Amino acid sequence: MQAAGVAPEDITVLTAYPMEWFAFFRRDAQSRMWWIACLGGLIGLASASALLWVAETSWPMNVGGLPVFAWWPNLIIMFELTMLGAILATVVTLAVTARLGRRTRLYDPAVADGQILVGVEHPSNELLPAVTRALEVPVGADVKRL
Amino acid sequence: MSAAHQQVTHDLLRPLFHTTWRFFLLVAVFGTIVVFGLSAWATQAYNGFGVTGITWPVFWGSYVTSFVFWIGISHAGTLISAILRLVDAGWRRPVTRCAEAITAFALMIGAMFPIIHLGRLWLAFWLAPYPNDRFLWPNFRSPLVWDFFAINTYLAGSVLFLFLPMIPDFATVRDRSTGFRRRVYGLLALGWRGSPKQWHRLETAMSIMAVAIIPVAVSVHTIVSFDFSMAPVPMWQSTIFGPYFVAGAIFSGIAGLIIAMEAIRRFLHLQAYLLPIHFDNLGKLLLLMALLWGYFVFNERLVTYYGNQPSEMAVFWRTQRESFAPLYWTMVTGNFVLPLILLGIRRFRTIGGCVIASLGVVMGMWLERFLIIVPSLGHKYLPYSHGSYEPRPIEFVVAGSTFAAMTLLYVIFAKLVPIISIWELKAGASGEAGHS
Repeated sequence: MQAAGVAPEDITVLTAYPMEWFAFFRRDAQSRMWWIACLGGLIGLASASALLWVAETSWPMNVGGLPVFAWWPNLIIMFELTMLGAILATVVTLAVTARLGRRTRLYDPAVADGQILVGVEHPSNELLPAVTRALEVPVGADVKRL
Repeated sequence: MSAAHQQVTHDLLRPLFHTTWRFFLLVAVFGTIVVFGLSAWATQAYNGFGVTGITWPVFWGSYVTSFVFWIGISHAGTLISAILRLVDAGWRRPVTRCAEAITAFALMIGAMFPIIHLGRLWLAFWLAPYPNDRFLWPNFRSPLVWDFFAINTYLAGSVLFLFLPMIPDFATVRDRSTGFRRRVYGLLALGWRGSPKQWHRLETAMSIMAVAIIPVAVSVHTIVSFDFSMAPVPMWQSTIFGPYFVAGAIFSGIAGLIIAMEAIRRFLHLQAYLLPIHFDNLGKLLLLMALLWGYFVFNERLVTYYGNQPSEMAVFWRTQRESFAPLYWTMVTGNFVLPLILLGIRRFRTIGGCVIASLGVVMGMWLERFLIIVPSLGHKYLPYSHGSYEPRPIEFVVAGSTFAAMTLLYVIFAKLVPIISIWELKAGASGEAGHS
């Protein structure tokens, strides 16, 4: 396909399961999800700290002589909300970066049957013959217009 | 697509597309028990808490026992699945979804017990930490408030951890169905196509979730143990309670998973996917946890014995050789002796052996929670607070119906979702073929 003149980022490849041993699968492997998850965790931590500070100082209660804003018990809620922030940030990042919930573009249900879909969205008229020829090269390939 | 992959898709989607009389029978039987339990709960709400045996000084009886028990069972799934994902254990693939579903449903059931345990359940929203009209917040230093945060974080994380890897399988169902079913699964599939970018993002998200969910799972049961160990009650104020509860939770969780896997294997005819090796591996894990449980019990008992404080020794002897002794030794048999024999001797570590040991553990772990709560609360430091507790039939009905509710949820889940992850199974098989 690339030899036919299609830019790598214009080639759509769809599979029924991850195929890490193919070169095409290594595209788009890099992401900043881990960093975004950490950021989500920090937001969760900050939210928990703010909530605890407001809750405990707005009506100070003396419990067993502990400080009004006591770190030991507060660390528990801080930890939970930190983790919740990281989890939610991860899910939101997945939804956005994997374009979940958007209208499906180039797709063929045969992918679910295990076929590998290799295609180009809206190829120009000049590219079309070359793309078709390139797609017909592998044995057993089924060229479709969707 | 290879014939093997076609067979995988066909076998795992069969329960979704073909409904047998057995499904309706199971739904009818367990649904009836659940309705019976709900009406018992309604009776309790209408007549008041006096219909239960829960009264002074044992205010935490069978309901809090069931709460701790179900939160413990929930550790089967997400925790085990997350650990196996992180270490990339290949044998995990047919097991993870069965396990993760247990977590989600057990947590939902467990989280209901604080509400069931309320006399006036219509005030359940008071459990949520928010300020009243005088801007007075609940006490954030109370373990019961920590429970709210921990359980809800774990529930949210577990449901997402279960849902994310289901998206590609929803897409598979979408592409093989028509009409209303296609629309529903189309919505659930969220426009999944299977591009390399989507696969990378999904796998990265699952790795992050696995890393995040393991400490959350450990924290949840540690915090549940704090409900006890932060209170000045004999045999409760123990620094070992956190790890003891976490180990017990994983222990009962693995047992629940083995039972669920065997039921799935038989009812959905998945003998080709849930193999003896899976039961053997989980059986070894269960044996390890049985030994760990025995170690914690020994530690807890020996330190109490050497402490020799009158109030603690009174509770100690009540469980060892007095009124609670039959329950105590049944617990030890179910949790330690039975697993040691059935799982420690290779000849007995069959699927049947694993299931029998698991049934013993599930029973033993419910008794363990009961024996932590009731003998101590009935024999506190001052004699004025000594008393006894006997669960009433209504408590048995409510607690028993939660087992039916768990089964019902699981049966319906297995009808709507491939109970074994199709894409993970194929990726595993193709990965092995690709690398070889």
